[in-house]
Amino acid sequence: MFGREFYIDPSRCIGCRSCMAACAECESHRGVSMIHVDYIDRPNSIATVPMVCMHCDEPTCAMVCPADAIKKGEDGVVRSALKPRCIACSNCVLACPFGIPKVHLDVELMMKCDMCYDRTSVGLKPMCATVCPSQALSYLPAETVKETRRGHPVNDFRFGNEHVSTLVSMIAPAEAPVIAVDVVDYMWENRDADQYEA
Amino acid sequence: MASEPTMTPDLLDRYGPNLNYTPPGGWEKNNRTGPEKLVKTHCSFCGQQCGIQLKVRDNHLVGFEPWEEFPYNKGMLCPKGVKRYLQGTHPDRLLHPLLRTGEGFRPISYDEALDLTARRIQEVKAKYGADAVAIYGGASMISEKAYVLGKFARVAVGTKNIDYNGRLCMVSAGTAYKLAFGIDRSPNPWSDIPKTDALLVIGANIAECAPVATSYLWQMRENGGKLIVADPRMTPITRNADLYLPLRPGSDLALLMGMLHVIVRENLVDHEFIARHTVGWEQVRDSASKWDPRTAAEMTGVAPERIEQAALLFGRSPKAMAIHARGLEHQSKGVENCLALVNLCLATGNLGAEGRGCFMITGQGNGQGGREHGQKCDQLPGARSITDPAARKYIAEVWKIREEELPGPGLSAVEIMEAIHRGEIKALFSMCFNPLVSLPDANFTREALEKLEFFGVIDFFLSETARLADVVLAGSMQEEDEGIVCSSEARVQKINKAVDPPGEAKSDAVIICDLARKLGRGEYFPFQSTREIYDELRVASKGGVADYYGITWERIEEEYGVFWPCPDLNHPGTVRLFEDGRFWTHDGKAHFLVTEYREPGDPISADFPIYLTTGRVVSQYLSGTQTRRIGPLVDLYPEPKCEIHPRLAEQYGISDGDWVKVTTRRSDVVVQALVVRTIRPDTVFVPYHWPGRRSANRLTHRTIDPRSKIPEFKVSACRIEKATAPPDLDDLRREETGIGHDLGQRPDLMRNGRIGAVSNQKDFQR
Repeated sequence: MFGREFYIDPSRCIGCRSCMAACAECESHRGVSMIHVDYIDRPNSIATVPMVCMHCDEPTCAMVCPADAIKKGEDGVVRSALKPRCIACSNCVLACPFGIPKVHLDVELMMKCDMCYDRTSVGLKPMCATVCPSQALSYLPAETVKETRRGHPVNDFRFGNEHVSTLVSMIAPAEAPVIAVDVVDYMWENRDADQYEA
Repeated sequence: MASEPTMTPDLLDRYGPNLNYTPPGGWEKNNRTGPEKLVKTHCSFCGQQCGIQLKVRDNHLVGFEPWEEFPYNKGMLCPKGVKRYLQGTHPDRLLHPLLRTGEGFRPISYDEALDLTARRIQEVKAKYGADAVAIYGGASMISEKAYVLGKFARVAVGTKNIDYNGRLCMVSAGTAYKLAFGIDRSPNPWSDIPKTDALLVIGANIAECAPVATSYLWQMRENGGKLIVADPRMTPITRNADLYLPLRPGSDLALLMGMLHVIVRENLVDHEFIARHTVGWEQVRDSASKWDPRTAAEMTGVAPERIEQAALLFGRSPKAMAIHARGLEHQSKGVENCLALVNLCLATGNLGAEGRGCFMITGQGNGQGGREHGQKCDQLPGARSITDPAARKYIAEVWKIREEELPGPGLSAVEIMEAIHRGEIKALFSMCFNPLVSLPDANFTREALEKLEFFGVIDFFLSETARLADVVLAGSMQEEDEGIVCSSEARVQKINKAVDPPGEAKSDAVIICDLARKLGRGEYFPFQSTREIYDELRVASKGGVADYYGITWERIEEEYGVFWPCPDLNHPGTVRLFEDGRFWTHDGKAHFLVTEYREPGDPISADFPIYLTTGRVVSQYLSGTQTRRIGPLVDLYPEPKCEIHPRLAEQYGISDGDWVKVTTRRSDVVVQALVVRTIRPDTVFVPYHWPGRRSANRLTHRTIDPRSKIPEFKVSACRIEKATAPPDLDDLRREETGIGHDLGQRPDLMRNGRIGAVSNQKDFQR
């Protein structure tokens, strides 16, 4: 939108959760953050990763919604669930390959990141990408990313045989053009028994 | 007389800390009437002083909007900046002056409070002399307040004993830079970082204490620069370090000398720079000969190969920079540590050019500006020495007093507390300082404060320290004053007033001037506004090292800040120092100074075999007076935890989440274990933002650097053991209430349902 795209560079994240703090300021979901920041493995590392909605071209959340409550706009942004339609069934929560939607039982509604539609539609950057002190979340023209980042933007993901392409890009090291997440990689049969730590 | 009143539920309800989660009136938009305005100003919560726009409605802060045009942070903010607006209109806010009574406090009129304070100060002066009255200031205040407080101490009270909480922050770096360069300021701007080829970060948890600066570090790496991080802990910036040096607490000097040794051995020395711009090289060079990497490795616990690599990376890069903060400075040899780092930069000619230099990161909101204009015990405005006859003469003229009336150098912050404990100082007047949480050896601090004959405080919340006061004047928050601050990179910036002080609270500057009048010295404090104070500050700084004369409020706003020194109105300001090869020393040269290794003041022993180091977390600021009242920040890191390496934890049978008793030669605390491989196995870490039973500063010691007088917060000796039980909940309840959601889930701690009652989920309605 307005020539800018959303990029997530997990390697830049410092875990400060400023994105979450800023997200929670939004008038439309007052005090609740739509962003998830997690330690990957705190006992062994300080590495953290921020996740916003990836805004899939063919959003699984919308496809599995029995109430047709999740809509994608012409701008490619997948909106949060429509309040009058959402039945809080959690199908989307289970189906999303990135773990983004959350059902808020107190209000019986699924809510997720809508890329600050109120801001981006008037030419502003999403709030999280504006405040992020490490610019792990950033909203930039594609040329700027090319000129100023060493990493490589990826918006094509594979989950097993499933292809998912997204509006939001992950910045990956240049040598990894496609992020492959194969369940088999994580299964016990392929694992070196010596690495196992109970 | 003062001892802390029993904090009954009523007192805690009124004065907190309670947790504020929502803007005034709640999230419902229709609760807010009146037009909305945006005020361009700066965040109050660290020395980066990020630009921010505060959203104001009906004289209340209701939110924020990023300020993307401000060049330093371009709209970026850490969670403290995002939530800073929640300190405005806070239920704990002091709205009236308070008088201590037997049971607690009662509101009194402003005039009564002033009369009482002035009378008690006069009584102590008459009985024991003016130096028996001490003044404490703070480095989170605008410079106008710092200036007027310094003048108040020396002109209205006539005491030499004024010092400030920057003594716990920047003084080792400042002292070292003054010795080496003749000027106490970072030589380079932040914008130099992405332009350097190698960056050494030593003792600086940049991601948590200066979060926005991380973007500058990452950009340097995107540009191909190498990052070297030296720290006993893997702080978040370590995730992208090209070289990580896990040094033992207190061994920084050995690491830096080891690096210098390699640089000399490999002849990576810039002989031309040394010859043209420096003195003292030969002695420093010779002193490095004994610090071969093997010797340095034994002292630091860092592999000799890594020390070699660091030295080669730093020495061979065309441009190199070194950044440091409290890790290097909070030591009884903090000045030596900083000098050793300066020596490394001088030896390699890395100074006075783009992407080449050293950088100290100020911690407090006005850490830089707050020390330049007169609340430091050894300085007069303009960063002038209080013992320099010419400086004394000039300032006496500006202040229209006789030079003989101007007191000499006084005691530093820790020394003042010790003099109170010895009974030599009888009255303390404190503004913007929470020593009970922030000074080392908190039990000693409490004993000292209880001995005071008079203790007066200006604050906007009833801090843990203010609970011991005889009188508390309700002062102003940052957003309630107009004035200037100086950021970490020496950019003088404008703080704009967003709201008026509520109730009978007053601007701190007004209180100080009114108090001066009550003390019969009103003629020296004729100021009607902070602007008039600033105009006098400009004149007082004229000709000093920190020369602000050419910096007007208007210029600051037009130019997005002006870097001092700026001696006249046409001067562009000084973004980078030493570009002309001129230093502020008496001979115009940079000085190499020999540094001697000394053991820490609280050495490890058989009884106390583990290093304890303390520091900050990203969601809290200093003693937590402000940030422990902001719910969303407390939720991010509700309680201090003790970081322990699994190897050490196993030795003591401690698992993640266990309660751990950490004991030093002073006292003990019981906190929860965070078992992680991201800290040295001979070291534990506890953050210091909390009071009472969870205060890391109960554990720290009062050893200070002989020159800078900074306490050695970063190195104590401790032992750990698995605690038999969690800390006594009644004690916690007595001392504090804002104890976060972990304890908030325990109904026995839910006073009147107040803790976390205004929680995210409950408040959210759609």
